[in-house]
Amino acid sequence: MKYIDEYRQGDIAARLAEQIAALTDRPLKLMEVCGGHTHSIFKYGIEDLLPPNIEMIHGPGCPVCVIPLGRVDDSMSIAQTPGVIFTTFGDAMRVPGSKTSLLGAKAAGADVRMVYSPLDALKIAKKNPDRDVVFFALGFETTAPSTAMTLLQAAKDDVPNFTVFCNHIMIVPALKALLDSPDLKLDGFVGPGHVSTVIGTRPYDFVPNEYGKPVVVAGFEPLDVLQSVYMLVKQIVEGRAEIENQYARVVFRDGNRRALEAIFEVFEPREYFEWRGLGSIAHSGMKLNAKYSRFDAELKFSVPGLRIADPKACQCGEILKGVKKPWECKVFGTACTPETPIGSCMVSSEGACAAYYNFGRLSKVAERSTGHTG
Amino acid sequence: MATIFTPSPLFERVERARRRKHKLRDEYITLAHGSGGKAMHELVEGLFLEYLRNPMLELLEDQAVFDVGNGNGAARLAFTTDSYVVTPIFFPGGDIGKLAVHGTVNDIAMSGARPLYLSAGFILEEGFPIADLKRVLESMRDAAAEAGVAVVTGDTKVVEKGTADKIFINTSGIGLIETPVKLSAANARPGDKVILSGTIGDHGTTIMIARGELELETEIESDSAPLHSLVQEMLDEAARVSTVEAIHCLRDPTRGGVATTLNEIALTSEVCIQISEDRIPVREEVHGACEILGLDPLYVANEGKLVAIVAPEVAEALVARMRQHRHGLKACIIGEVKEDPRGIVAMVTGFGGTRIVDMLAGEQLPRIC
Repeated sequence: MKYIDEYRQGDIAARLAEQIAALTDRPLKLMEVCGGHTHSIFKYGIEDLLPPNIEMIHGPGCPVCVIPLGRVDDSMSIAQTPGVIFTTFGDAMRVPGSKTSLLGAKAAGADVRMVYSPLDALKIAKKNPDRDVVFFALGFETTAPSTAMTLLQAAKDDVPNFTVFCNHIMIVPALKALLDSPDLKLDGFVGPGHVSTVIGTRPYDFVPNEYGKPVVVAGFEPLDVLQSVYMLVKQIVEGRAEIENQYARVVFRDGNRRALEAIFEVFEPREYFEWRGLGSIAHSGMKLNAKYSRFDAELKFSVPGLRIADPKACQCGEILKGVKKPWECKVFGTACTPETPIGSCMVSSEGACAAYYNFGRLSKVAERSTGHTG
Repeated sequence: MATIFTPSPLFERVERARRRKHKLRDEYITLAHGSGGKAMHELVEGLFLEYLRNPMLELLEDQAVFDVGNGNGAARLAFTTDSYVVTPIFFPGGDIGKLAVHGTVNDIAMSGARPLYLSAGFILEEGFPIADLKRVLESMRDAAAEAGVAVVTGDTKVVEKGTADKIFINTSGIGLIETPVKLSAANARPGDKVILSGTIGDHGTTIMIARGELELETEIESDSAPLHSLVQEMLDEAARVSTVEAIHCLRDPTRGGVATTLNEIALTSEVCIQISEDRIPVREEVHGACEILGLDPLYVANEGKLVAIVAPEVAEALVARMRQHRHGLKACIIGEVKEDPRGIVAMVTGFGGTRIVDMLAGEQLPRIC
């Protein structure tokens, strides 16, 4: 398929892999921040192509993985309110709360519907004026503009029965928190692609300037990821720490002005937002500002708002920080599987644990079956 | 190349978890229980089988095979049933009626049997237009004629508005096995070749788009088709080159797609199935739609395709013969069976890496057939 296949060519990948291997044999730890990259890495088997000295650490950039249990419980409490139609993206349906998931709440009678866009949720609200329609907004700056545009539309059309349960989060405070974490040992970052289409590359300047780590903003096709690793390793070898943009076909230095304007129009930063595994991070979450507060589900419905500790056995936090590998968690693959996830990293296909569980365990297969050995 | 997974007790742990007995823990039925993936296996093996267990059901094949009569007069029959709840009921390339005939004909055909008779049970919602019912019946009639089967018994129930969605159809079918063929998901052996009869994901993608929620316009059609004559030609060819027993397993990869079917075979036969991504035919439009929707065509339903696990010596001849049949034009060998690691489906990606193709865990698309 045009514009897709070009980025998936195995022969180019093999050449790139050789070039990466030729750069250095120093052990390097690189983090891909974004869950989309984690997914690509596993889907295409990119780690098979990397030399053994380069280790990819799978970061906290999967929005479903970092939403805390308490917020999931809050979403269910809203969904179970009589008269509510609760709308959400598909991968949020299975996220476990402290007792059940939205899928379970749906089976028990709540009207939970999957939508592909918040605008679809608004459409449902217009079609059902006698019901309260709530959209479960999740994600980084990538999805925040579409929620913002929907809110602008809702305000324009004056849809009184539409609200948003806002859980949008911001990447930069999370990156800062990671970099400040004492147990973190990273050599560089594969920077988020989709988020950067919105915010640009300028907000990452602090990473090389203050922390001396290089960042390469990357696309999601497998050759994008591989090329970004090459660029990152090259920077490290040459002793540089800069922001480079591999995804220049869609990411610009200053981002997308209109998308940012929409975000600033409807949202304001929360004082604190809790991240699963990473704890409470200042100014890392977004909420609806006073002008749009009539669309804020948290004000319209009573939400418990409890902070619920992660299950003891679950080590999602260490895994999100790259301190532990998924398989070093005691419940990985035994009590915690994609069918019965305990930790959120096992839920979404972008979560590090689910990625390892679903696509991983591979070198073993590779060694024994394909001859692609290391 | 990198070997990130040094052999560790962990992987043994995961493999044990994958193989352990299915247990149903849920309190309610969720849509995931109907998806054809892991949750459905838990429901079937953890609940239905516990209550209804017998040696024939226990095999969990798509049909039961048994002998009737004895001595020279004995006949080997295949018997199967399936319910159809697809929405929308009319879609490009077919409708619920055509699907109800083809689906059951195919489940019979996958045992190597010639389909003979069908039953049809209808659950109709109050207010369902008779004109629509006529359209459904017309296409059932045509599909049955094409497949050479007769609907010989039936049943109708009407339920109050809102307690069913328009029309649900159940069909059962019976067929006659006329060769000494022995097909089972437990029969895959190391060295066997994996044949796929054509492009994947057409049906599921069509339904998804026909629902109109996505505002995509394409010309994809459902691949709904009867496969019994393709199977008969395969049996003929196998007998000509070697014996019919060289075909070890036939399955039609419906819900859960080719990935789920191959996983079932790998687990049941305790073998590793290894496939190559670049050999798997996917139509351009399906590939595009799946890219947009974030779906993997390997997990998307088919209604006119089969997967065959065959002995290596007949594989090439079978593919050549299949390609002469109109439902097997794009047949090809997509991989082979290895001994180890057991119960695993592995894929060499077009990019040159490898990955495991696991069974679907959650719900992808409800009410696809």
